[in-house]
Amino acid sequence: MITMEHVCKSYRIAKRNAGFAEACKALFHREYEIIHALNDVSFTIHDGEMVGYIGPNGAGKSSTIKILSGILTPDSGTVLVDGRVPYKNRIEHVREIGVVFGQRSQLWWDVPVIDSFALLKDIYSISDICYRQSLEELTELLNLSELLRSPARQLSLGQRMRCEIAASLLHRPRILFLDEPTIGLDAVSKLAVRDFILRQNQTHKTTVILTTHDMQDIESLTSRILLIGKGQILLDGSLDDIRTGNESIDATVAELYRTYNI
Amino acid sequence: MKKYLSFFQLRFAMGLQYRTAALAGIITQFAWGGMQIMMYRAFYHTDAAAFPMTLSATASYIWLQQAFLAFFAVWMMENEIFDSIVNGNIAYELCRPVSIYNMWAARSIASRLARAVLRCFPILIVAAFIPQPYGIGAPASLLHFLLFVLSLILGLAVTVTFCLLIYVLAFFTISPQGLRMVFTSCVEFFSGAVIPLPFFPDKIRSIMELLPFASMQNAALRIYSASIGTDEIRRAIGLQIFWLVALTAAGKLLCRLAEKRIIVQGG
Repeated sequence: MITMEHVCKSYRIAKRNAGFAEACKALFHREYEIIHALNDVSFTIHDGEMVGYIGPNGAGKSSTIKILSGILTPDSGTVLVDGRVPYKNRIEHVREIGVVFGQRSQLWWDVPVIDSFALLKDIYSISDICYRQSLEELTELLNLSELLRSPARQLSLGQRMRCEIAASLLHRPRILFLDEPTIGLDAVSKLAVRDFILRQNQTHKTTVILTTHDMQDIESLTSRILLIGKGQILLDGSLDDIRTGNESIDATVAELYRTYNI
Repeated sequence: MKKYLSFFQLRFAMGLQYRTAALAGIITQFAWGGMQIMMYRAFYHTDAAAFPMTLSATASYIWLQQAFLAFFAVWMMENEIFDSIVNGNIAYELCRPVSIYNMWAARSIASRLARAVLRCFPILIVAAFIPQPYGIGAPASLLHFLLFVLSLILGLAVTVTFCLLIYVLAFFTISPQGLRMVFTSCVEFFSGAVIPLPFFPDKIRSIMELLPFASMQNAALRIYSASIGTDEIRRAIGLQIFWLVALTAAGKLLCRLAEKRIIVQGG
């Protein structure tokens, strides 16, 4: 179970106007703006749930994921994931979770993908049997057999993404955080990844938290959505709650953003 | 422990991949070593008595320095580590059940070892066949050789822990450029990479020898040709151990601090 209560996180950002004169001025006097990335965020997610976490750019989605995965320490509030405080017992916490950051890479650039996987096997102390089973299952479902022996640098974005997702699941995490996992995927891969996430949830009872701007992802995967804007949770409900008539899901969400003025 | 060993293995294997780089490195190091020896020859020619080490000891120092360059060159840092801090890929490292500090240590040692393994043998073998006093001489005694190996390993460890300190500091400064420039120039000068430490004036030298930089290459290279006495050897190795412990403690402490206040850059 994941609970966040009254979590706040703010960043200090140096700002200046364009131009050389402004840059010189900034040498002596710097203006900072405090951005409240998260402002009193609270929610609870139960085991086995699939939750879509949506909001416009800069709403605080990634900050939430980073706090839940133990990378970021919040300014205030309490966070509990299966009874652990992520940023306090980072090493114990991350053993149980899997994270995919859609715009970053965890594979070693120069070596075949399978070498990166073997390293992860040792990092998570996965037993030989478990590793072989996971690898077989992932290879089949994500169609990786052609890719495993190539160096990561020679894979296309979509191919690499499938490997990244597999890499995050080798240790069979109980909770999976997906931060824009379908970025750059072609239609076939997208469907394969969605199908795969669904099956993970059904067969392994994995809790999945998904942030994405692809509303089809949300539509096909999640039963519950959390809408965040300007650092606050604005809506917690199901897709049907927000749908009005037969609009497309994108139009519905755009309308939603307008309603909340975010 | 196993996981750090795997990091070591993977990085080591990666380091062995770059054959052309190794060949280019070997050629550069021959040219550099040859030039330095010719320069010192000119100095010794003028007045050999004015120098603290014999020409053959200096030649051995230079060839060993070239052969084990990858052990001690602080400027050979892991760019990937800096990149991951600058662009935020460190997020993934932080999602692993590993200590960042130990993992970086395993990686750094592996890449330095891999580079040195590829480069040291050709240099050592050829330098052994260069006629005296310009080639590399035999070690002063078996004991000196064993102490040299011990000190070489300690020197590598001190160099790596020093680099780790710089990686950790990069968490605080956002850009590693300035750090790298200041520290690498300091190390080059104070460690005896530019001029061996015995060539410095006595007063300055006695202070320089206490600094961590002298515990990198200086100790091992001077033990080899017995240009320092038994007492000094004992003191040099003692200092190496002291700096290894001190630098590790400082690095680990800072790392823990950094993890608490880290802000991962970018989305």
